[in-house]
This record gives sequence, C-alpha cells and structure tokens, in this order.
Amino acid sequence: MEIRPIFSALMRSKVSMILIGLQVALTLAIVCNALFIIGQRLDTMQRPSGMNEADTFTIHSIGFGEDYDVRSVMNADLALLRGLPGVLAVAPINAMPLSNSGWNSGLSIEPGQRNSTANTAFYFTDDKGIDAYGAELVAGRNFKPEEIGYFTMNDRRPPRVTIMTRALAERMFPDGNAVGGQFYYGDEDNDPATVVGIIEHLQAPWVGSQNIDNVMLLPALLPYGNSSNYLIRAEPGRRDELMKEVESRLAASNSSRILRNLRSMQERRATVYAEDRAMTIILGTVIIALLGITALGIVGMASFWVAQRTRQIGTRRALGATRTDILRYFQTENFIITTLGLIVGGVLAYAFSLWLMNTYQAPRLPWYYVPVGFVCLWLLGQLAVLGPALRASRVPPAVATRSV
Amino acid sequence: MFNYYLQLGLRSLRRNPVLTTLMVLGIALGIGASMTTLTVFHLMGSDPIPWKSDRLHYVQMDNWSEDNPYFDDGRPPDQVTYRDAVALMEAAKADRQAAMYKISMPVQPENPEVKPFLALGRATYSDFFAMFEPRFRYGGPWDRGQDAQHARVVVLNHATNETLFGGEDSVGKSVRMDGVDYTVIGVLGEWNLRFKFYDLTNGAFNAPEEFFMPFTTAIDTKKRASGNNSCWRTPGEGWDAYLDSDCIWIVMWVQLDSAVRRAEYLSFLDSYVGEQKQLGRFPRALNNRLLDVNAWMEDQQVVSRDVEVQVGLAFAFLLVCLINTIGLLLAKFTRRAGEIGLRRALGASRGQMFAQYMIESGVVGLSGGLLGLALTGLGLIAVRSLYAQYATVAQLDWSMVATTIALSIVAAVLAGLYPTWRACRVQPAAQLKM
Repeated sequence: MEIRPIFSALMRSKVSMILIGLQVALTLAIVCNALFIIGQRLDTMQRPSGMNEADTFTIHSIGFGEDYDVRSVMNADLALLRGLPGVLAVAPINAMPLSNSGWNSGLSIEPGQRNSTANTAFYFTDDKGIDAYGAELVAGRNFKPEEIGYFTMNDRRPPRVTIMTRALAERMFPDGNAVGGQFYYGDEDNDPATVVGIIEHLQAPWVGSQNIDNVMLLPALLPYGNSSNYLIRAEPGRRDELMKEVESRLAASNSSRILRNLRSMQERRATVYAEDRAMTIILGTVIIALLGITALGIVGMASFWVAQRTRQIGTRRALGATRTDILRYFQTENFIITTLGLIVGGVLAYAFSLWLMNTYQAPRLPWYYVPVGFVCLWLLGQLAVLGPALRASRVPPAVATRSV
Repeated sequence: MFNYYLQLGLRSLRRNPVLTTLMVLGIALGIGASMTTLTVFHLMGSDPIPWKSDRLHYVQMDNWSEDNPYFDDGRPPDQVTYRDAVALMEAAKADRQAAMYKISMPVQPENPEVKPFLALGRATYSDFFAMFEPRFRYGGPWDRGQDAQHARVVVLNHATNETLFGGEDSVGKSVRMDGVDYTVIGVLGEWNLRFKFYDLTNGAFNAPEEFFMPFTTAIDTKKRASGNNSCWRTPGEGWDAYLDSDCIWIVMWVQLDSAVRRAEYLSFLDSYVGEQKQLGRFPRALNNRLLDVNAWMEDQQVVSRDVEVQVGLAFAFLLVCLINTIGLLLAKFTRRAGEIGLRRALGASRGQMFAQYMIESGVVGLSGGLLGLALTGLGLIAVRSLYAQYATVAQLDWSMVATTIALSIVAAVLAGLYPTWRACRVQPAAQLKM
C-alpha cells in the first residue's frame, strides 16, 4: 500500500485533515479523562459500608414537653420493637454510615498527647448494635448488657470499654494485640479505655472522609436532647412491611413525640451518592455525544472527499485498481489522519490530566487509558469511514471517460 | 441586499437538508450542553444580594488549638464560639450584627388535625431581618429590646403559616413549640432565595427555615444547635460549661456600610482577640477575617468542583462541535464553487460574497441556537432530576436565553470565517471552464 501518494494527496487538503485530526485529538483527551473520573466515582460508590444494607432501616423519635423522660421512652421503645415479629435485631444508635452526619473525635495511645494517634467516628449503641449493623466480630467479644450505660453531650467521660474496626485498630496498635489494648480519649481524661472487640469493617458516616474506615462502638445510649434513633434489622424480605409496622406501633405507644426519618439504608446510599451518580451520568452522556459527533464528522468529511474525487477514483479503476484497492486507499487515509490526531490527543490527555491534578488534587491518569483510547478511536474511525469508502469503491471506471 | 442574501442562504440550506441538519444539530448539541452547565454555574455563583453584598461580612476568628490548625491551609475556622458571638453582639461595633445558629423544635399545633412535626429554624438576633431583607407578609421582626428580654416570639415562614393557620394573618396568635408557647410576631412572604447564602457551613442548599426565633430565647431552652459543632477540647460538664467553651457552633454576620467602617471593625476584632489572649484563650496567631458575601461564597466553594468540571467539559464539547461545523461548512461552500464563480463573473465583489456566506453561517447559527435553547431547557430538566437540591439554580432566565442565542450565532459565524474566506478566493475563470 503506497503511503506516499496518499500522503501527498492529503497534504493538498491540509485544512480538512487538520479539522478531523483536531476533533480526534480533543475527543481522545476528553474521553480518557472523563472515563477515569467515571471510574473513580464508581469505585467510591461501590465501597461496602460494612452494614447489612438490604434489611436495615432507621427511625428517629423526638419528644416534646417538659416531662418527657427520654431514657424511659428509649427503654420502652426498644422493648416494644424487639418483641415485633420479623425483627432480627434492634439497637439504639446515634449515627450510621452513608449519612454524612455524626460524631467524630481523636484518640491517643499515650495520655496527654498533643496530637491524636487516630481520628475516628463514635457509634454509641448497645450489645445488639453489632447484630443490627450487620458487622462481623472478628476478635475479642461483644459488649455485655451490664456494660451499657447512658451518655449525653454534656458528659465528659466516655465509656471505658470499646469495640474498634480493624482499620482503626491497626492505626492505634500497629504491632497487633489490639484486643485488650488501652488508649486515651485525650483532653485531661487520664484514665485509659480498653478495646474488648474488633469488627472487620464499618464505615464512618461521612462518605468523603479520609478516615472513613475508622469507627469505634461505644456501649451507651446517647439521647440528643429528647431525641432517640433506632436501627432495625428485619428478617430478609420483610423490611418494607416492618417499616410501616414500626412507625405505627411507635406512634401508638407514645403520642408526645414526633417520628421522622423512616428510611432504609438502601435509600440512604442512593441519596448520599446522588451527586457522584449525577456526575457519572453527565460525563457518560458527554462521552457518547463526543464520540458520535466525531464519528459523524469523519463520515461527513469522507463522503465529501469521495464526492470531490469521483473522477480520480474512476480513473484509477479504469487503470486497473480493484474495488479493494480503493477501499484500502480510503481506510489508510483515515488511519493516517486518525493517528496524527491521536498523537496530539495523547499529549493533550496527559496535559489535561496534569491540570486536573493541580487544580483539584485529582489522582494521575493511569498509563493504560491513552493506549486503550487509541485503539478505540482507531476502530471508531475505521468504522465511520467504511460507509463512504464502500461507496467510493463502487464508483464505476466509466466515470473517468465522462467529461461532466 | 441583506434580505436577498438571507433568502439565498435559506434556499441553499434547504437544498441540502442532510448537511444542514447535521450542521444545525451539531451546533445545537454543543450550545445545549454548554448553556445547561453555564446556567447552573452562573446561578450558583451569582451574587445573591447584589445591592448590599459588599456590605455584609462574615466574621471569622481563630480560637483553635495551637497544635493543629482548623483547616490545613491555615484559614480560620468557619464558625465562632458562643461567648465570642455574644461579646461581639453586646459590643455592637458594626452598623448591624446578627449571630445565629440552626435549631430544630417540635411544633405542637392546636389544630388536632395537624400532627406534631419537627420544624427546622434559625435562632438569631433582630438585625438578621434588616441585614438579609426577607419580605414580611404580616407583622414584622422582633426588635433589639425583645432580644434583650428573651421574648417568646417567633417569625413563621410562608409555608409554616399555611400549615398552622391556613395562610391567614396569625400575628398575635400562639404557637406551641416543645412545650412552650411562642407568640407569632411576623410571617414572611415568599422568599425566593436560590440557596441560604447566610449559612454556607450548615447546608446552604437545604430547605429554607420554617421559623425564626430570638437567639437569646433559644439559648434559654438549652437546645443544642442542629448544625455543625466542633470542639478542640472537651467542654466541661453541663450546659453552662458548654456555652463557656471553645466549641464553635455559631455563625456571625455583620453589616459594615463603608470601607472605613470595615477597617474599624477589623481592628476592633483584633483588639478583642488581644484581650482574650490575655485571658489565656486564642492560643494561635491572630487570624481574623471579614469576607463579604461573594468572597465567602468563593471561599466555601459554593460552586462545586463537579459543576466547574462540567462547564469546562461542555465548552470543550462545544469546541469539537464547532470544528465539526467548520468542516461541514467547508464541504458545503467548496461544493458550490461553480455558483460562486458564476456570481463573481456576473459582477459580485469579494466583499459581497463574504457578506452572503457570513449571513448563511449566521442563519445556521440562529437555527442551531433556537434548537440549542430547547435542548438547554431539556438539559436543565435533567439537571433538576439528577440534583434535587439544585432545583433553584437550574432555571432559565432571560439573560441566559439571550446568551444562548448570541453565543450560537457568534460561534457559527466564527466557524464560518475560514470556509467563507476560502469560498471567496474562488477564481471565476477557473469555474467557468468546463
């Protein structure tokens, strides 16, 4: 296949070549980076929370009035809920994953440290907490019922026994031996607290946090003012009916309170990642539109060239070129233009990635995106030019003899 | 001649419907994408209170621990403590000042048909209303005297007044919240806020407040804030110790009516912090800030990074569409070399040919713009469904409509420059030979 004649023919229509090349270049640069961003968002959204999300839901109760005794209400509620058929576990909680709302604090390995050893979310719950969250206890033990106390925002001494996630335990006790390990809450609290159990994984509430895998369970009920939060885990398949049942039973048992935020964990996941999902959809749409426009541009330009060069094609056919030769000619021409465009595009892709890294602290574009993009766009170009090229190959040799 | 060229342009566009459709569609898609993202970007970033945004300032002081800054880049914390907010309010050194925090209260309606519900509101001082200018439908705000007296009054928003009192004038009526009766002193009219620019740290895009009550009265109820609370050391036991602590949970705005007043207030803040340092507080270096509304919005990145990336991407897409259009226009004009040659031979000057083809590009641009406007409308509907909380900033207003059409025509004309220039260079004689 003679490259020289194709090349010199192309040089005569430099502008059109540049136009297609530029489109291909920009498309490669944008599509590679956009796909990378989509990949990152999908990875973020798919992180497991460590909870059983399919069968769990939460409900929030806020009491009103001067005589509201939140502690007795909580105990009555828990007893009521635990007696309902279809309920696997119920626990009082103050926070949960996928909610962007909760309590976090620093822990120290020595008393009086100026900087914390690790930062963690605090999940106040009772001995049914692990069951309700659906977390997996992998070392040590669960809380004992007698260890469960009460805690309020005005108290200064958090509980002395805790359960940590594996990630937090590794930060606090890098040498191992986390079970039985001691730590300090800091802040003039010079009595140590002890880790009695390790759960495999549970996410902190804030999905954007660096410390999302650091969670500590504390054995206490934490009413916030007059409000209490319950996490209910249903038997598989019974969640939706149980949600309605729980709301009506709690409302019936006590009318001096407001029940709200009856939400399943699945719905919480969808809500908390809504922006990431939206970004993924928007980027995906732009990628498809870009590829479409570029393909149409190639089709349009190639059709135009075929029309311009009908005479030449006819002449070549008359001189002995086969249909395949003509087809190959146009495909090779397209391949050259696309390649030149892709080389520029590759440079643009890395430049764009660098700019994103500097402006938004985004991670670097992995090396394999551009080569894969090359292959895809080569294929796209070849497919796009196939139609006009086939039309060109069907130009009869007799065209050369016509003068009009 | 303009009409003639217009007709010529339209006729030639009609002669080649496929090519025309491709061109118009290409421009429309690019314009639609760009204007959708640009609308959201523009509305999110635009000045929410242009007539006084340079007079309202957000107070920031750095009472944080000397071991770690609050923000990694050294900016002062985004809220202030109770004792500092109250001290600033009592000093009253600004033209107006309002400390505030987000609060939620159960409402116990008298009407037995309305179930008790949790209302989200704001505890603030009376100057809030003069500073941020919500319109009142009935009654008005409480005054500074009532702030001092811890009066049990409440301002309802439009929707809550509908729920509780059927939308009637409820001034003077009583509302029971969390076991205490409050008197309605005012009802707001519709407040078309795009987002709550006065509280960017506690959910600016969340629903607007259902009620407002005096800060001093809310403190009496010992209710903690529903917004963010951060402490660098654990406060003492009990509510009073909490109020006295270095925990930050209060938002503080001041109105300073001139640059001179701003400079005075900043030096007042510096001397206040100096005094507090004498008492052993504020261990970090002096780090007070008074950003105005727009500077604070930028500092808090109201326009999210995602939106910025989307705008950039959409305009890159528009660029690709335009390059596409240049190619198509080039193809189109080159095919008409015969016609061009003929008209030149009949006496048309280069300038007239240029004008004709520019007008033709403009027509493509206008059609692309109109279709692009429809696509922008669709795009904004999609944005509203993807981002529920951005419903208020994903709306077409007249300035955006005008920008869409203008951008489209300019883009098409720019795209047409090179093809037109090429077309005008056609030699009549070469075309007339057969």
